[in-house]
Amino acid sequence: MVAELWPGVPAAWSRYVQVPSSAAVDQPGTVHKWHLLDNSPDLEARGAEPAGTLLCVHGNPTWSYLWRTLAAAGSTAERPWRVIAVDQLDMGFSARTGTFRRLADRISDLGDLTDALGITGPVVTVGHDWGGIISLGWALAHRSQLAGVVLTNTAVHPAGFSLPPALKLALHPAVHGWGTKRTDAFLRVTHSLAQPALQPEIRAAYAAPYRGASRREGVGNFVADIPGDETHPSFRALTRVAEGIRKLTVPVLALWGPKDPVFSDRYLRDLLKRLPQADVHRFEGAGHLVAEDRDIAAPVFDWLGALHAKETPSASRPADTSGTAGFRPMPAELDDRATDVSPAVVDMAPASSGEAPAVLSWAELDTRVNALAAGLADIGVRPGNRVNLLVPPGIELTTLIYACLKLGAVVVVADAGLGTKGLSRAIKGAGPDFIVGIERGLAGARLFGWPGTRILAGEASPARLRLLGAAHTVAELTAAGTGRPAPDWKTDPDADAAVLFTSGSTGPAKGAVYTHRRLAAMRDTLRETYNLKAGSSLVAGFAPFALLGPALGATSVTPDMDVTAPRTLTAAALANAAAAVQATTVFASPAALANVLATAPDLNPDQRQALAKVELLLSAGAPIPEALLTRVQELVPAAELHTPYGMTEALPVTDISLEQIRKAGIGNGVCVGTAVAGARVALAPLAADGTAGVEITEDAGVTGEILVSAPHVKDRYDRLWITEQHSSSLPGWHRTGDVGHFDADGRLWVEGRLGHVLTTPGGAVTPVAAEQAAESVPEVRLAALVGVGPAGTQVPVAVVETVNGARRPGPADASLSTAVRTAVAERCGLDLAAVLVLPQMPTDIRHNSKIDRSALGTWAAEVLAGGRVSAPGARR
Amino acid sequence: MSRRILVTGASGLLGGAVAGVLAGQGHYVRTLQRRPASDPGLESVAGSITDRTAVDAAMAGIDAVVHLAAKVSFTGAWAEFQATNIDGTRNILDAARAAGVRDVVFVSSPSVAHFGEPIAGAGAGTADPERARGHYARSKAAAELLALAEDSADFRVAAIRPHIVWGPGDTQLVERVMDRARSGRLPLLDEGAALIDTTYVDNAASAIARALDRMEQAHGQALVVTNGQPRMVREMISGICAAAGIPAPSLSVPGWLARGAGSVIEKAWLAAGARGLVQDEPPMTRFLAEQLSTSHWFDQRKTRQVLAWEPEVSVEDGMARLAKHYAA
Repeated sequence: MVAELWPGVPAAWSRYVQVPSSAAVDQPGTVHKWHLLDNSPDLEARGAEPAGTLLCVHGNPTWSYLWRTLAAAGSTAERPWRVIAVDQLDMGFSARTGTFRRLADRISDLGDLTDALGITGPVVTVGHDWGGIISLGWALAHRSQLAGVVLTNTAVHPAGFSLPPALKLALHPAVHGWGTKRTDAFLRVTHSLAQPALQPEIRAAYAAPYRGASRREGVGNFVADIPGDETHPSFRALTRVAEGIRKLTVPVLALWGPKDPVFSDRYLRDLLKRLPQADVHRFEGAGHLVAEDRDIAAPVFDWLGALHAKETPSASRPADTSGTAGFRPMPAELDDRATDVSPAVVDMAPASSGEAPAVLSWAELDTRVNALAAGLADIGVRPGNRVNLLVPPGIELTTLIYACLKLGAVVVVADAGLGTKGLSRAIKGAGPDFIVGIERGLAGARLFGWPGTRILAGEASPARLRLLGAAHTVAELTAAGTGRPAPDWKTDPDADAAVLFTSGSTGPAKGAVYTHRRLAAMRDTLRETYNLKAGSSLVAGFAPFALLGPALGATSVTPDMDVTAPRTLTAAALANAAAAVQATTVFASPAALANVLATAPDLNPDQRQALAKVELLLSAGAPIPEALLTRVQELVPAAELHTPYGMTEALPVTDISLEQIRKAGIGNGVCVGTAVAGARVALAPLAADGTAGVEITEDAGVTGEILVSAPHVKDRYDRLWITEQHSSSLPGWHRTGDVGHFDADGRLWVEGRLGHVLTTPGGAVTPVAAEQAAESVPEVRLAALVGVGPAGTQVPVAVVETVNGARRPGPADASLSTAVRTAVAERCGLDLAAVLVLPQMPTDIRHNSKIDRSALGTWAAEVLAGGRVSAPGARR
Repeated sequence: MSRRILVTGASGLLGGAVAGVLAGQGHYVRTLQRRPASDPGLESVAGSITDRTAVDAAMAGIDAVVHLAAKVSFTGAWAEFQATNIDGTRNILDAARAAGVRDVVFVSSPSVAHFGEPIAGAGAGTADPERARGHYARSKAAAELLALAEDSADFRVAAIRPHIVWGPGDTQLVERVMDRARSGRLPLLDEGAALIDTTYVDNAASAIARALDRMEQAHGQALVVTNGQPRMVREMISGICAAAGIPAPSLSVPGWLARGAGSVIEKAWLAAGARGLVQDEPPMTRFLAEQLSTSHWFDQRKTRQVLAWEPEVSVEDGMARLAKHYAA
């Protein structure tokens, strides 16, 4: 048993050092006693030579205790690191100097300490809060030793940036002395920022060095040293750091807790402008004390490991098909058709309005895109800038997207299908420089404080514009740019082109970054797989594919519907849209098709005839039952029905037609066919504990995580370094997080999500086959299989939504239970412990079909533990 | 290899089944119970395990013991539980050791390690007489600790804890449920959604018999035995009712109410019993309310691995056998 001074800190790490001071504030010859945590004794005991030193600098009002997990991980890492976590002077257990130490002093203090310790070899600085600036100050003064920089919730707070409101309050004379010195309010408030709350013993350890007002002098001075404006004595030192770091070329890792009232996302964005090479991970839900809220040690050492691997030449990532040979930029089709007066984009007007559809020809689209691109450039939209589009699909969105692509601006597409909270999180995470939105979008931007210069898509009075905080309108920018060509940006194939968001049905929505090359590859894959030639025409009832219409040279029409709510597409709206462009192709989601079928009786003969001309219908976004497809086929008798399988990160991956689905029959999962043009699919086999390893197989009958390799796979996840590392941990492959297997004919079957795999005593069980079996019971509309109990000994439980709709959640009645249990046992050999019913399944908004199984699993476990039965999510 | 085995408590449902399985495997089986047993194929000795002389006599020439005899009740005075369950077990252990017995299987109950909270997929846990709920569980916990403390390489003791044993002719659960359902005295607690493990009697018997073959692996341990098919309380109850052709209970009572009422009824019943007013068990006790309103199902991986055993009769097959039995 190792003796601990504080929870997680072995006594051997704590040491005191006498350090001669060179700080301007001290008399020559002054020596200060420093306290620090140093894991050297561990390394010596291990006989390990450290790869370098992590120099960790806390902020205010914490101390070296903040970095204990790094020190522990440094000792045990495969490539160990020495970890030195200092208590700054007047802070923690270091000396109380009786002086007012300013930023410049603190930077030289840190240098004095590393001199006294005689630290040689590579150093990676680690900083938090105000310690981030001091660590960067040290970094700039020790460039030859500096191997990397790790930053956690901090800010370099340059000129032009206003102080965070919470800090302004802390600095207010009425608050400052009282809040920081005389009482421990500032400490307590800071500790209370932890998400979830700190354990009492951890909280006590943080407070330990600050008992008594005299021990808190440094806390107060630290706050008072924050430059509020240019007249502040520390302003120059701060500017030196803030500007100096632009020259840093070392690798940077930023680990961020976005729920921080002080060092919020805006400071992260500011840092990324100065340190564009940074790898970033935003821990959604974590706050200021990110080192307490999440495990930061594992990613820091993974990152250090990845840097090391990069230095070893063999392990480098397989290069993209480099160069521009064969690369055709997305907007190229527009340029080629600059004189084509046939329709390019058509918006159907609401049937109730009686208006004719709005039609834009290829020539008009090209003119408008160029004008808008010029107008956007006038107001400062530059290559690499992020532009968030909160505009429904149609002419306006199409124009905006292609204008941005021409400019080299990065399109951020986050749709209302994420829900308001999810949308807000997504936008804040992506951090757009500009937001273009309809009035509702900009109102949201204003209400939730989304970043970016606001541009209105639509018309409004000057007063209304002011209220929305809109600096410009699309119409005004288009007018300003009319007659001018788009700014001359030669498409860099490997520059970022778009950030698309996942549906967020399995945790917070993730941004997937596509480069121009990868976006173009998506276009080419679609063209080849579905033979979408220029001159074809398509109804875009499913947003992602709709954006590709102009790039494909296809006429696209947006039906009268709320594209973010697929259930609003009626059969008549679909038929009218098809008729408007003599559509040959229809894109739709399963939820939209379900409503189309429900409203099909309302069709008139003309509308039926328009649908009869459709040659290809694609249902994408979620699996679709064969029975539903069969009924769709009756509506579009001439069409080939296809259901591509894919995800936001790779669209599409495989394809299968209705005919092939019928041929495949019933099996373990949903048959999704074979890889689309240019894509390869493989599996990482599942272990008994339900995890997927690093083996890769294409053998039939083996269940594993589905891996995709294709030129149109996402480039990376946005500001989710840890997630990206995992998803690309098998070089050249994207780990989809779906599980499935190949059959003897090489067809892929999807068996569910990796995170939804049950771990029963009999091994890992994938859910989809059992769900299909349950759904074969006529009473059952929708079923989800969840595991209840501890990992490894879970029992399977079916949660079902019935056709007639249960009145309240709880156990299914005896006959339904028997029917479902028998169906599942017969088809899958699985013994269900229980069958529960819900009036309505919790599903995602975008697809209206992805069931939130983690919530269901928690609910089922609560119900089956005994006690009162409540609705999912009612107990917390 | 044929062994000479003493089975105590063989007049009960499970004890009888164990004796039958062992005899069927070709072992010589002697049973010890208070009333003479009727099975003509077995040597039956009448006597109480609280009587050391009777126990010594029954132990003569025996090389393995399966000890099932116990006082099983939701009510009663602690002294009675202590005498039968703790002192009786002491007698069995001492007599067995004196007679040169090699192996003892102590049949216990998962309730020795239940403390009233829901159990979902937990392991066996250590018996705790202080925290176990009710006299029965407390006394069994103490007895199990006694038994396992005796374990050594040449006097091997294993504890097998079958959970809620049921089958045709079972008076503890099956017929009590039928009885109360018939008279409308059986409410479901909180809709009866709590997940519970049960053990069809043939499976419990085969697991206990198997333990004697696997003493090398099992000795010194306590193993929970179940069907490995947890079901909601309501499904077990409605299954049993269906087997008897009785409508399943539809009245649902909040668990907290039943637990509170259980405490009161239990005390009143005991007081009435002491004055000779009632002989039956009370309709509801706190322990029973807890059992019926909180989950208790177990991780069976270790049990199955140690015993190299699988249950043969599923819950559904067991219900079918129940229906056949009560239809006759």
